[in-house]
Amino acid sequence: MVENNRWGNFFAHVVLILGVAIIVFPVYVAIIASTHPPGTFVRGVMPLWPGTHAWENYTTAITEGRSRAGTPPIGGMLWNSFIMAMAITIGKLSISILSAFAIVYFRFPFRILFFWIIFLTLMLPVEVRIVPTFQVVADFGMLNSFAGLSIPLIASATATFLFRQFFMTVPEELMEAARVDGAGPMKFFKDILLPLSVTNIAALFVIMFIYGWNQYLWPLLITTDPEYYTIVMGIQRMVTGGDSEPLWHLVMATVVLAALPPVLVILFMQRLFVKGLTETEK
Amino acid sequence: MQTKRMTFSGKWLPYALLAPQVIITLIFFIWPSFQALRQSVYRQGDAFGIRPDTFVWFDNFKALFADPLYLNSLKVTFVFSVGTTLLSMSVALLFAVMVNRMIRSRDSYTTFLVWPYAIAPAIAGVLWWFIFNPSIGIMPYMLDMVGYDWNHRRDGNDAMIMVIIASAWRQISYNFLFFLAGLQSIPHSLIEAAAIDGASRFKRFWTIVFPLLSPITFFLLVINIVYAMFDTFGVIHATTEGGPAQATNILVYKVYRDGFVNLNFGSSAAQSVVLMGIVIVLTVIQFRYIERRVNY
Repeated sequence: MVENNRWGNFFAHVVLILGVAIIVFPVYVAIIASTHPPGTFVRGVMPLWPGTHAWENYTTAITEGRSRAGTPPIGGMLWNSFIMAMAITIGKLSISILSAFAIVYFRFPFRILFFWIIFLTLMLPVEVRIVPTFQVVADFGMLNSFAGLSIPLIASATATFLFRQFFMTVPEELMEAARVDGAGPMKFFKDILLPLSVTNIAALFVIMFIYGWNQYLWPLLITTDPEYYTIVMGIQRMVTGGDSEPLWHLVMATVVLAALPPVLVILFMQRLFVKGLTETEK
Repeated sequence: MQTKRMTFSGKWLPYALLAPQVIITLIFFIWPSFQALRQSVYRQGDAFGIRPDTFVWFDNFKALFADPLYLNSLKVTFVFSVGTTLLSMSVALLFAVMVNRMIRSRDSYTTFLVWPYAIAPAIAGVLWWFIFNPSIGIMPYMLDMVGYDWNHRRDGNDAMIMVIIASAWRQISYNFLFFLAGLQSIPHSLIEAAAIDGASRFKRFWTIVFPLLSPITFFLLVINIVYAMFDTFGVIHATTEGGPAQATNILVYKVYRDGFVNLNFGSSAAQSVVLMGIVIVLTVIQFRYIERRVNY
């Protein structure tokens, strides 16, 4: 501190506490709403104190959902989201680390061309090629399947770049030593490079898991069968799938359950999350 | 581009290692993009094959830029992106500056401020939609007390404000982390020197801290525009669905509607190509800037 300004610090605390309150408020309201019986939302203003129906609302949401309106139980959707997020994360990490290894540790024709092909994925998010990508997936018969939900999303330029950058900082001597000892490229990769990359892999894992879990447009396009709905896109069905006003108590219970896994990941792995976030964007 | 000084030999191995990534990229990224480019200059034939696709040069684009709905969508996207970017960046900068003053409580405030990043845009949309719900929401209730009649189902401006708040909310965490990292990397001696010269806190911020943050600010500006333009589909789709009266019909939502609901493939493809152009420009700006990134 250059000068100690008591009032300034007090003021800063006030701003921050107010700020945190505003940031937390929407989620607080959702949690509160998920504990009230349906009748609360018919008229008047939304409640700000907990109600007594938490247990009922959550069990209804998890086991029944709004079956009549075509929304499956949340339990299944949570499971689908988990499978999709894990498949995307593991897929992205494994194909990216292998391509980065090839690009850094080998010299071969068309190396730069391949690098640029991977780079192009950055410029082509799903949103700019919606219809044709859907057609390709449909032609492969991958609609309504976990393969269709995950494989088209696992190409990753950012992960490849991050691993490439990291591999460039690995001392040359390690590879020379490995070669002198007669280790082939895959042995070097498995026994030396992979163990060195653990922190980077973990940081990327956190970011990619959140990315995978939060997918919305993609599952919306390629799942028509409620068996394969994921929770983040399923919420939209709950909001609009009904007749008039949404059943707020169930919607909010679903919202809380959908937000919980990625929020827990961030809270418990904050350091890895910050590392992953700041390094993938370099 | 560099490799290691010494490399492994292997004729087929590097291709095998690259194959999964490259094959997925070619099938699911490059090929569909070519299809979008192709479709954008064709008029779709009928489904029975009686009238084949016809090559129409740039007719789809001409039609697009003559369409008042599309021009409206461009305008809406502009207002939405600028609003979301400014709101999330200015709030994040305020929080970062305040948190950076703290010593003991810095980590706890950070924890409280970062988690909204985990919440999907669609969910963020639903949360704020509930708060702004005209019949039971808390915000319309409070606004009613000061005499404002909030209704995002009727009033386009209300709807726009709501989706901007919902989209900016989760992005604050992201910007906050980057601003905080930037603030912490500013050498303390600079600030002390200015303080000794008698510069006030306010003056120190605007003449030293803020200019030193400019690389990060510029970087975040690009990232936030990309976010607002391309990642906020869920916010719109789960809440306003582009309404009322097209007031929140942003480009990515329109391209989806025209392609999947209205089945107008030529127009949808032309819109895809325009969007592609925008992403390419933004990506190039981002990477050119990173090459010249100022280190301090």
